[in-house]
Amino acid sequence: MTMSQQAAPAVTSPPASGPRQRDGRTVQRPLALRLLARPEVGVFLGAVAVFVFFFAMAPTFRQGSSMATILYQSSTIGIMALPVALLMIGGEFDLSAGVAVITSALTASMVSFQLTMNVWVGVVVALVVSLAIGAFNGWMMVRTGLPSFLVTLGTFLGLQGINLAVTKLITGNVATDDISDMDGFNQAKALFSSSFTVGGVQFKITVLWWLLFAALATWVLLRTKYGNWIFAVGGNKDSARAVGVPVKFTKISLFMLVGFGAWFVGMHQLFAFNTVQSGEGVGQELIYIAAAVIGGCLLTGGYGSAIGPVFGAFMFGMVSQGIVYAGWNPDWFKAFLGVMLLGATLINLWVQKSATRR
Amino acid sequence: MTTADIGKNNGQVATDDQAPVVELRGTGKSYGNIRALHGVDLAVRPGRVTCVLGDNGAGKSTLIKIISGLHQHTEGEFLVDGEPVRFSTPREALDRGIATVYQDLATVPLMPVWRNFFLGSEMTKGPWPVRRLDIARMKKTADEELRNMGIVLDDLEQPIGTLSGGQRQCVAIARAVYFGARVLILDEPTAALGVKQSGVVLKYIAAARERGLGVIFITHNPHHAYMVGDHFSVLRLGTLELSASRDEVSLEELTNHMAGGAELAALKHELAQVGGVDVEELPEEADLQAPVAASPEGNS
Repeated sequence: MTMSQQAAPAVTSPPASGPRQRDGRTVQRPLALRLLARPEVGVFLGAVAVFVFFFAMAPTFRQGSSMATILYQSSTIGIMALPVALLMIGGEFDLSAGVAVITSALTASMVSFQLTMNVWVGVVVALVVSLAIGAFNGWMMVRTGLPSFLVTLGTFLGLQGINLAVTKLITGNVATDDISDMDGFNQAKALFSSSFTVGGVQFKITVLWWLLFAALATWVLLRTKYGNWIFAVGGNKDSARAVGVPVKFTKISLFMLVGFGAWFVGMHQLFAFNTVQSGEGVGQELIYIAAAVIGGCLLTGGYGSAIGPVFGAFMFGMVSQGIVYAGWNPDWFKAFLGVMLLGATLINLWVQKSATRR
Repeated sequence: MTTADIGKNNGQVATDDQAPVVELRGTGKSYGNIRALHGVDLAVRPGRVTCVLGDNGAGKSTLIKIISGLHQHTEGEFLVDGEPVRFSTPREALDRGIATVYQDLATVPLMPVWRNFFLGSEMTKGPWPVRRLDIARMKKTADEELRNMGIVLDDLEQPIGTLSGGQRQCVAIARAVYFGARVLILDEPTAALGVKQSGVVLKYIAAARERGLGVIFITHNPHHAYMVGDHFSVLRLGTLELSASRDEVSLEELTNHMAGGAELAALKHELAQVGGVDVEELPEEADLQAPVAASPEGNS
């Protein structure tokens, strides 16, 4: 029994290091460093820099109508970049996101036109198809354990072929027929592709949807259980599963969310241009992923925000239009893109290291 | 000597008035034709730390996998609250209050401490469409629970990856305690830690015991085990080599059971660094070849 008495101080002696550790914890890192560690701050500063740059360089850039065009372009990228970003935070990729937009638009257009039905029927069928593509991607990935890169690369190639082949098979052409004179078209156009005027400048409604979805995504990500799960499955899948997070449900639903985004953007394209080119959309998936990465989402998952990709997409819009307004050769756009992407990735890498540093 | 120890242990079990929460009786596990574990008796009582020691391949992992529900035993009995059970998932074990803190499977490094604390069991408020995390309550609760375990963090928003390995283990332990664990299984919590960090973890093991939890402390470090353990089970090649309560075994005997005499010279050196153990009293390698007769009193 004396043995346990002897051992008692041994148990309480380790706390001697306690107070010192507590004191160490109270030292706050500098405010600037803490702010920079936020996922969206880097891209915010980048967007401000790009804005100032083009504001100084291109007089046309300063007009309200130019801003409306930039915002419109940003919104069509931004609406898709949001679910792609959430998926990336959840640790996965979707390379099929670009062509899935066209698949959705083609489905709505052809279902409505070929069956001569109200366009809303086509819109609903397209939604089901888009969600099903997302569910398939997620299910395949969860079921087989293959990397999502591989699974969605397959879907990407598959959809690309299906888009062309089925469109040619049904319409005999590479584009769908004009649906602008069909029942319900004006209603659907009002929802997906109308305009509104603020202070004499005409804005596209997609800008509103974009900001609404971004607010919703931010709320979900930071304030709900589901958002917590997204961070967890991307950050450490095995830990998440061990503490009872439904990993499979979270991943599949994130892919379906990308499907929803593809449907929305697809519907916008359909009702903005009345017809769809079946070969489009290739390469867009990388733009969405780039916007998410520039927006501070970690390529390997577990870190990021929904606000970041908003600024990421806005930067895209500013650069692609700004080059035109500045009177430069638009071919430079991709070069800008490459530099932006690399810079953003380096910032992310640094953030991850400083955040996990002991 | 082993038989004598087990004999003494049986006497101790008979006199201990507190019923074990988890009990193994002659439990074993075979993977095909390989017998990983055979005839193991183990009792985990509330407010007691049961240390399971053994070298690599001794069957420690198999033992905890049976108790935590990852594997099923193939022989003997596994009782929880006196009734035989056979868990098919870790969730079932968790529902019976058996929580396992794995060495590296505990946290999501980039998430804040409070989010990690409640991950998978988040507190929410509000009706469904606007049901949201009750962040204020979660932070408050996490802070209180961590303080109860003696962990003081100024900023619960910091990613848990910025904490030291020992502190992360402690947060995982505090989380298991908060979510109603009655039995805590710690899988080599000090294996990857330095001496000081190990001390912090050992302190929280003691704190968990104070709160009335039964703790199964898996380790291959007899010094760590002896600091907090109430009962020691040493596994060797899948069978129980020693099962003795604290007053029946000295650190020398425990170390002797864990390691052959040759390794002990090195362990003695390590012992000196741990502190709280009288190195001078430790026998030399030659002494340990013979059965150790030193009484525990000789050490104080």
